[in-house]
Amino acid sequence: MTTTATAGSVGLVTAQTLHFDEPLALACGRSLDSYDIVYETYGELNADRSNAVLICHALSGHHHAAGRYRTDDRKPGWWEECIGPGKPIDTRRFFVVSLNNIGGCHGSTGPASINPGTGQPWGPDFPDLRVRDWVHSQARLADRLGIDCWAAVIGGSLGGMQAMRWALLYPDRLRHCVVIAAALRLSAQNLAFNEIARHAIEADPDFDNGHYLRNGKVPVRGLSLARMIGHITYLSDDAMADKFGRELRSGSLEQGATEAAEFQVQSYLRYQGSQFSESFDANTYILMTRALDYFDLAREYGDDPVAALENSRCRFLVVSFSTDWRFSPARSREIVDALIAARRDVTYVNIDASEGHDAFLMPIPRYLDVFSAYMQRVEADR
Amino acid sequence: MRQDLAHILRWIRPGARVLDLGCGNGEFLELLRDRRQVSGTGIEIDSDNITAAVARGLSILQQDLDAGLDNFPDQSFDTVVMAHALQAVHYPDRVLDEMLRIGREGIVTFPNFGHWQCRLHLASRGRMPVSRFMPYTWYDTPNIHFCTVRDFETLCAQKGIRILARDMVGNSASHALLANSWPNLFALTAIYHITR
Repeated sequence: MTTTATAGSVGLVTAQTLHFDEPLALACGRSLDSYDIVYETYGELNADRSNAVLICHALSGHHHAAGRYRTDDRKPGWWEECIGPGKPIDTRRFFVVSLNNIGGCHGSTGPASINPGTGQPWGPDFPDLRVRDWVHSQARLADRLGIDCWAAVIGGSLGGMQAMRWALLYPDRLRHCVVIAAALRLSAQNLAFNEIARHAIEADPDFDNGHYLRNGKVPVRGLSLARMIGHITYLSDDAMADKFGRELRSGSLEQGATEAAEFQVQSYLRYQGSQFSESFDANTYILMTRALDYFDLAREYGDDPVAALENSRCRFLVVSFSTDWRFSPARSREIVDALIAARRDVTYVNIDASEGHDAFLMPIPRYLDVFSAYMQRVEADR
Repeated sequence: MRQDLAHILRWIRPGARVLDLGCGNGEFLELLRDRRQVSGTGIEIDSDNITAAVARGLSILQQDLDAGLDNFPDQSFDTVVMAHALQAVHYPDRVLDEMLRIGREGIVTFPNFGHWQCRLHLASRGRMPVSRFMPYTWYDTPNIHFCTVRDFETLCAQKGIRILARDMVGNSASHALLANSWPNLFALTAIYHITR
């Protein structure tokens, strides 16, 4: 599917869609009778189908992880720093599969899709999803692509939770699990941030209890506010100081100045919020944050992460970032310690980085080096 | 291969589970994997060393020995190795206890501060020894707990640690007999195989 590769990039890519007709039983008790999954692939699947890598996306992610659709696209895929020829997930060696999860809003079936039962958009009636539902749907995608066992399942943040769930639900279908900036479950502080984000959306009059699409409206203000809150939590204090400081975009702080001062950080947040609200579905945002809230790797194993991880058979790489306070290094060490106690093979690195949670998307040399080194081992273990 | 590592290799059973405290760039764990088929884990704190060890295909945990090892279950490894790190930790006695809690056996190597050259340097010049083997000056050395062969064996006796075997490395291969006969004077590196 890759047509031209420029240096370090997979080049031009196209998305594909698969339709699934076999009903998917969901953790909430309902089922999804049929659904579409949109995905992209980079690199070539080898003859014995042993070099496939699955990318699980985070809260606001999607299938477009690398490359560009058109040469004049302003931005490449969201994980361009880590996927491509010569990059940690080297597309000269691996066949990379990146999908948009169901419940999403970038082409896979989700709340903005038409409910075949009513002919109207699903909206808030779309079933609640949990991380395990995504993992089951990803396993069906693997079946259709003829992949029995992933060389690695890789994810950051909410994606890391999917990767861990893979290791428990399908222990024979992955050889390595790469868990970046994730946690065994959310802390109360994390739950609180998600609640504020949902509240912002639900309080927008245009939200209309989730039925906004019926009336051709979008809760732009609520979605934008939700994103602004989220964005602050993905950055560190230092990263914001470095990026914006107290620089003014307009106005003045002089006494007697008539024009109100606008700080750079204000304008940045507004821009991020408005961009996001134009491209993301509010019901999907609510669904994704709920899935995050519900996730608790060990709940069904007597709340014992060691007992949970004893069900895994793969090797693990766990990565955290020093200034990440949304999914702090302490949360990653909980995963690592449970793996040690479960006597599983684990490598752990805590990367010194000023960028906070967003660091997992950034070209930080030590991060890329150790990630590349680990992926060489993944290739050797094929 | 570093001489102390060649000596340790003899005490590791094929297929053993080995934890290497302060594994550096993973040179020794790689050797154990290739020659003894061990399943090894390394603990290291230096980021360049960690990347180098991961590049060798090893499982490495970024962890500070001085912050404790209580995340490792009792008797979860066959052998816990600490090569040339005893003198660099804050509480060498506690690390020894932890090694023998986590592993059935421990292997420790350290530079012997009782070596005659150290003694001569200190006695004749009145200054802390600096040599090719101990290249740091007193104020910037990571080696904060130097000890002698006799110091170490006294500590083991106090703690009820049994010495299964010991081996001494001298200035050169021809000094092996000298180093093993009068280790506190002639051993540059002391190597101990211990248990409880």
